[in-house]
Amino acid sequence: MSAVSSTGSEAAMIRCQGLTKVFGSGPAATEALELSGRGVGRTEIQERTGVTLAVHDVSFDVRPGELFVVMGLSGSGKSTLVRLLNRLIEPSGGTIEIDGRALGGLDDAELRELRNRRMSMVFQHFALLPHRTVRQNAEYGLQIRGGAEADRREKGEWALEQVGLADRAEALPGELSGGMQQRVGLARALASDTDVLLMDEPYSALDPLIRRDMQALLLRLQRELNKTVVFITHDLNEAMLLGDRILLLKDGRLVQVGTGPEILAAPADDYVADFVADVDRTRVLTAADVIHQPRLTAHLDDNPADLLRRLGEAESTAAYVLDDEGRVLGVVHDDWLALAQATRTREITRESLTDDYLTTGADRPLIDILQQVGRHPVPLAVVDDERKLLGVVPRAAVLAALATPSRS
Amino acid sequence: MPRIELGSYVEDFITWLLRAIPGVLDAISAVVTAITDALTLALTGPPFWIWIPVLALAALLVRGVGLAVYTLLAFLLISSLDLWAETMETLAVVLVAAVIATAVGVPLGIWAARKRAASAVLRPILDFMQTTPVFVYLIPAVFFFGIGAVPGVVATTIFAIPPAVRLTELGIRGVDPEVVEAAHAFGAHPRQILREVQLPMALPSIMAGINQVIMLALSMVVVAGLAGAGGLGTVVVSAVTQLDIAAGFEGGLAVVLLAIFLDRITAGLAQRPLTGYWTKLRNRQSAPATARPATEPTPAAAPAAG
Repeated sequence: MSAVSSTGSEAAMIRCQGLTKVFGSGPAATEALELSGRGVGRTEIQERTGVTLAVHDVSFDVRPGELFVVMGLSGSGKSTLVRLLNRLIEPSGGTIEIDGRALGGLDDAELRELRNRRMSMVFQHFALLPHRTVRQNAEYGLQIRGGAEADRREKGEWALEQVGLADRAEALPGELSGGMQQRVGLARALASDTDVLLMDEPYSALDPLIRRDMQALLLRLQRELNKTVVFITHDLNEAMLLGDRILLLKDGRLVQVGTGPEILAAPADDYVADFVADVDRTRVLTAADVIHQPRLTAHLDDNPADLLRRLGEAESTAAYVLDDEGRVLGVVHDDWLALAQATRTREITRESLTDDYLTTGADRPLIDILQQVGRHPVPLAVVDDERKLLGVVPRAAVLAALATPSRS
Repeated sequence: MPRIELGSYVEDFITWLLRAIPGVLDAISAVVTAITDALTLALTGPPFWIWIPVLALAALLVRGVGLAVYTLLAFLLISSLDLWAETMETLAVVLVAAVIATAVGVPLGIWAARKRAASAVLRPILDFMQTTPVFVYLIPAVFFFGIGAVPGVVATTIFAIPPAVRLTELGIRGVDPEVVEAAHAFGAHPRQILREVQLPMALPSIMAGINQVIMLALSMVVVAGLAGAGGLGTVVVSAVTQLDIAAGFEGGLAVVLLAIFLDRITAGLAQRPLTGYWTKLRNRQSAPATARPATEPTPAAAPAAG
């Protein structure tokens, strides 16, 4: 079906090609597009033609189940961009495909159907119906869809449970705090059970503590429900925390797309570099980003004398001892090895191993492991769920990752 | 400067209209007469000691004890001034005119809110309707419908339409655009958005418009006494022509008392949530049943009848 148009190896849930929006019409708009095509800046276009170029030639794919963050400062066109995706704003140019279906050719009824069944949206200021209860708000998309009352109620109830508001179902939105209102907004989007979730700065109006809660809630829901989410924000730390990938938008143009660590490691230009200078790297980078091959590991059947010599060459005082599966058994120290060499012991004994080491998972952010690196003779061990050693995090690697590249 | 005979053009037009659509005029006349007569009969038929408690009860439910006491005292005073029947006749004309004005004005307001062009066309017409001296309306009204209640109702209706249009338009335009956008984003049909989002959210403004419709209707209905509409208008007009200070004061006072009553009642209906006993009764009834699934939200449909 969509195979002809697909260019990537994997089917995209959302595919945008050359998406453009000019606010204005007629020859001025055409001229603006032409100027923009030649790389003229937005301010100059506005001065010369009088029309606003909100989004220019933005192309990207969002994979199924991906949490895709669009990040930009105010006026970067990010809110326009998300509204192009469900044609709340008509694009001036470019194409959008949702799950292989082109949005451009849909008539009004088809578009309403698509909005209702395939995508739902969460708004910055919640946009709840003030005269309806929390339950009725949560059921709104389903009510528009029509269908059985009982089914609607069941899905609404489920959605409210997901966001932890089942006990406030009969309250009116005005009786709830901002954070709770946005939970209702989220429940309304979840109840419709759509594949795609568009979130337009959903947490910008909330205070920081509540925002933290809501971010955690979104990450949990995303793990459990596996929606395709397009999340708009102006907060780079939020983008880095939430996004599987991040699209950076500046003056309506795409600046860079990539994972958080990718953007941190290789900013596309000075603008991005300036931007990421302020990011709290300890929350973005994970153990996996600073992992190193261990210089030295041992097995129980290694010769102590041999190991002691290798230890000396590695300028280290202790080493991880692994079993045949690569699981961490413990740590052997040079003083025991010296003793073993003196007594001509042929193997490392289990009793000789100490447990003065720490382990962490590969997905833990640096902020969680900062306290743990450098506290033992052996570097911090990164292990998988079966305690197999994936690598180690030396103290120097963490410090190197945190050192922001200085800008002159 | 040449004299432009604008007035005579209009006169020619009115005369032509009279000849062109006599059937329509007769039909309007018949319908308005029937409704007004029925309502007048209903209001003046039962004696005051039945109607006064009913009105006081309505005040209690909509607004509270204060207005109920006021209603009781005000209407007792009116009946002791021997103006009960005239007041009820006036009330009937006001109600008929207000209902028609609302029925015409609110849809026009919705139209104006959705189409800029409609708004641009309607605005000068509404200005014209609101600022033309009220007596001027009476001339074509009498011309078309003769003397009696009908020209009074028609002139009153036309005079009272503008606030219904203006405040409906204002209310709908004032609805949070993000909420309307959300409704679009969830695939709602424009009709659903109007019915389920815009009208309920604009309701306080629309109700304020209806309140103004009623107040304007009341101020016009006295003038309509000149056309023989009956009621308090006739009392005041005859007092003016005879320079009868006593009768003029009493008639005027009755109008004021009725105006305050109607204003407070409709203003009460415009409030969200309602402050009167109706709400308290509802709450008391639904209190033990909170575990039960939701009842309908605030009675959005109830005030529409007023």
